[in-house]
Amino acid sequence: MLKKKKNHRMGNEINAGSMADIAFLLLIFFLVTTQISEDKGLLVKLPPWSTEPPPDFKANSRNLYSVLVNAQNQLLVRGQPMDIERLRENTKLFISNPRQETDKATTPQDAIVSLKNDRGTKYKTYLRVYNELQAAYAELRNESALKKYGKDFEFVTDDQKREIRAEIPLILSEAEPTAFGEEK
Amino acid sequence: MSKFKESTAGKGAPALNTASLPDIVFMLLFFFMVVTKLRDTELKVSVSTPEASQLTKLENKSLVNFLYVGRPTTKYQQVYGTKPRLQLGDKFATIDDLPLFLEKHRSSISEKQQSQITSSLRIDGDVTMGIVGDIKTALRKANQLKINYSAKPLQK
Repeated sequence: MLKKKKNHRMGNEINAGSMADIAFLLLIFFLVTTQISEDKGLLVKLPPWSTEPPPDFKANSRNLYSVLVNAQNQLLVRGQPMDIERLRENTKLFISNPRQETDKATTPQDAIVSLKNDRGTKYKTYLRVYNELQAAYAELRNESALKKYGKDFEFVTDDQKREIRAEIPLILSEAEPTAFGEEK
Repeated sequence: MSKFKESTAGKGAPALNTASLPDIVFMLLFFFMVVTKLRDTELKVSVSTPEASQLTKLENKSLVNFLYVGRPTTKYQQVYGTKPRLQLGDKFATIDDLPLFLEKHRSSISEKQQSQITSSLRIDGDVTMGIVGDIKTALRKANQLKINYSAKPLQK
């Protein structure tokens, strides 16, 4: 009895049948966790170039949300210095104007966001500001989609997307940058 | 009994079955083949893109042209200095070379799809907006209006 047991322990090979399972598990783990695509970014549509001076349009100043970024990477929003962390919240308030204040946009369609930077502004800051402004719009659209259709913006149908986009259009105008802090 | 003896000498351990080793190696090979992106251009400028949350994926790679902006890597600093430079394809370029570069890419694409051409701007986060502004103006002049500021997803 004792002898038989020993034989059993020594003579057998390791069962490699489950090796494949483990290998596949690892494969799937890496496939899921690895982030391969670096090819993502902020999609922006530039305005066409024209030599004519821009039309002299008078937007009601309550509908204009001006964001200035200087060469020290500081923000001036509607004449007031602001932390970049508060920009998204503030922009959302301006566009949606939930309490119908007289210094904020009449309707989201009328709201114009104007962005101006300096030639000395760090690209990192500029992109962060751009990102926050886009995020403010994205969040508003998302809220609208949730309220109307009970779904996130990305899950509603294309027609509904179009409707919401028309309701909350992203109007972002970029002014010619100033040149106070050009890098030497 | 002889078996017993061998095992006490430490030599009797059964050989590992290596039949599945090739499978594993192949699996690793395939994994790396899938993950590795072949880089056709050597980066001569150092580019570390900033982080952002509102990301859109670039679709249809053949319709995308890449513009790199950053400071030259240490290897090229002797010749090109440390000021941010533009890299088109695999060589340093100036803004004036941009229209030709765009036109070359555009001519390789069927007329139908030309309106969908996107320029992917891979710009180092520490570059100032001066050169970026100039590039934007050049892109607008060349009527290349769809651009994509390359960025990394936000690290939580």
